[in-house]
Amino acid sequence: MSAKSFTPGQVFSTVVVEDLKRTQLVQYAGASGDFNPMHTDEVYAIQVGGFPSLFAHGMLTMAMTGTLTTDTLGVANLTRFGGRFTAQVWPGDTLTATLTVLSVTPGDHGDAVEVEVHTVNQDGVEVFVGTAAAHLA
Amino acid sequence: MIGRFPIEAGQVLAFARAIGDRDPQYARVADPGAGDLADVVPPPTYVQASAHFDPEYPLRPKPGTPWFGSGSGPGEAGTETLRMLHAEQHFEYHRPLRVGDVLTAEGHQGDTWERTGRRGGKLTFTELITVYHDAAGDPVVTARAVVAVTEKAPDAKTTAEAE
Repeated sequence: MSAKSFTPGQVFSTVVVEDLKRTQLVQYAGASGDFNPMHTDEVYAIQVGGFPSLFAHGMLTMAMTGTLTTDTLGVANLTRFGGRFTAQVWPGDTLTATLTVLSVTPGDHGDAVEVEVHTVNQDGVEVFVGTAAAHLA
Repeated sequence: MIGRFPIEAGQVLAFARAIGDRDPQYARVADPGAGDLADVVPPPTYVQASAHFDPEYPLRPKPGTPWFGSGSGPGEAGTETLRMLHAEQHFEYHRPLRVGDVLTAEGHQGDTWERTGRRGGKLTFTELITVYHDAAGDPVVTARAVVAVTEKAPDAKTTAEAE
């Protein structure tokens, strides 16, 4: 992979999902193996869970945030990716992920890049916040 | 404990599609001219799909076992699921995971701590650490989940409270 160079303070941002559909939650359930009815079964989520509707797997929100992270840094370069789920994501939500370069540390075998990532919904409410690190040879 | 978690191209493609990952390496999986796919690196949260290979995984319907979701009725609370919240998730990559890897996974419990939520309920946080090893026995990914269990079933506001 060719060396990309980053500068602290650089910001990358993208809409990772627009008008989230229930079908995508079912798609994610099938792909990940997490069939929790809270995320796949509207009847259950409302009548048993007491929620206004089903809601997204936190791990789908993290994974969608991850697409900005890997598009920016390269999936094979990642050394760390993690964060906290700070609000639920509902069908109809539009999520925007933002990545901010925190630091770039040159080394003998390339740069170590640390970034912050956070994702907000259409009302500006943060749903995921975390950090990632990559080694760019 | 997961005895065999093969990193399969088709499952990686399905996962990439489900999360809206447009990295062109995943479209190669369905391309007849793509050749060897062993350089395909799955998305960074892909080890979550190891649930498919966990014989005991509770959030998958199993033949002959009652499922707690809706059918003729609305389903039942039954399990702890309603009181559990995924609060945090962290991955450490010891090397890039690749299609063709065959992993094993072993989990253990890390720290546990308690906190009072903003509205007075008790929240118990537990760290669950899973280390994925390759066929040579070398670690590939270490996953650390923080799960919060509430005293009673959460409502729409509790996730933010667990923050």
